[in-house]
Amino acid sequence: MIGRLWNWTKGLWRTVSRPSIHYSLGFLCAAGFIMGVIFWGGFNTALEITNTEKFCTGCHEMRDNVFVELKTTIHYSNRSGVRATCPDCHVPHEWTPKIARKMQASKEVWGKIFGTINTREKFLEHRLTLAQHEWARLEANDSLECRNCHSEESMDFTRQSQRAVDAHERFLVTGEKTCIDCHKGIAHQLPDMSQAGMMKPQPSEQQVAMYLESLTEAN
Amino acid sequence: MKSFLLAAFAVVSLTAGVTSTGAQEFVATLRGDVHLADDTVPPAIPAEVNSDIRQIRNYPEQPPLIPHKIEGYQIDSNANKCLTCHSRTAVGDSQAPMVSVTHFMNRDNQVLTSVSPRRYFCTQCHVSQNEAKLLVENDFVDVDSVLDYVTKNSGEAKE
Repeated sequence: MIGRLWNWTKGLWRTVSRPSIHYSLGFLCAAGFIMGVIFWGGFNTALEITNTEKFCTGCHEMRDNVFVELKTTIHYSNRSGVRATCPDCHVPHEWTPKIARKMQASKEVWGKIFGTINTREKFLEHRLTLAQHEWARLEANDSLECRNCHSEESMDFTRQSQRAVDAHERFLVTGEKTCIDCHKGIAHQLPDMSQAGMMKPQPSEQQVAMYLESLTEAN
Repeated sequence: MKSFLLAAFAVVSLTAGVTSTGAQEFVATLRGDVHLADDTVPPAIPAEVNSDIRQIRNYPEQPPLIPHKIEGYQIDSNANKCLTCHSRTAVGDSQAPMVSVTHFMNRDNQVLTSVSPRRYFCTQCHVSQNEAKLLVENDFVDVDSVLDYVTKNSGEAKE
């Protein structure tokens, strides 16, 4: 089996390495160029098709969960009618990082095939993990996808509310924080943030005593 | 018997219908003077106050008003947007007023480690304001105005 494959490969190499008998060099160059245009164009077109909201919401996982939530937010419906589509925020716009993200997305194809989040319950179960991936990505690239539209240079602080000005002057201008640090859950609902420990348990007297003991032991 | 009941029911509902259309002309509702079957033209949504200037309370126990926009704030079992600024640990960054200590108490006045579940849903008591005309007239007066009136009048009575 392997021997036959090897022979076939050798035969192919012999054919490819010899000069052409029937076709002129000009014809081969032109054919190569045309085929190149078709393949490259086809590749980019296919890439762009996967980069549309229509493609994203083609699956019910996206359409029924995250897309529904987006619709009520300012990134979908607002006074000026400018809106963000899925890839505006979730896919890098530069070519190389975009290809890197598309390769990562093969994991999502796997998830789609095996139905990792194919019900509402499964989606809610994974929501925190999914959100954390996006937060980590945006923290790592300094909220690049936010900044593709919201440029710091063009931000007129005099047109913001005092509260926004204070926060942006303290955290954005100084570079202390990046957009996503404060602006989580603006386009989709938040996962369980166990916020302020809504149901934080009360430590018993015994537990407090144990803690105090652990302090003296450490010393 | 059955047909008699049906006829009686028809008569009763018809009379009720007639009286309600008659009554409608005299009942003042927030819906305005529009026939029930017609659509009203709702007033434009007024702008939410976003001045960040704290308002005085009309009485000491009044839950403080929210002087900023809260549109789209998520408050549910997963997350509480208000607490991202107003929680005990967040006020250092946000410089917002911390949730009052009463919110850490359960109904037996025992102070808990965190906001009590019964005080978790902020907008049950705290509301933002709109620049709108009052739908219903309100003649509430501050207790200070009452006290002023009393001192002034008792002073007059003494003379």
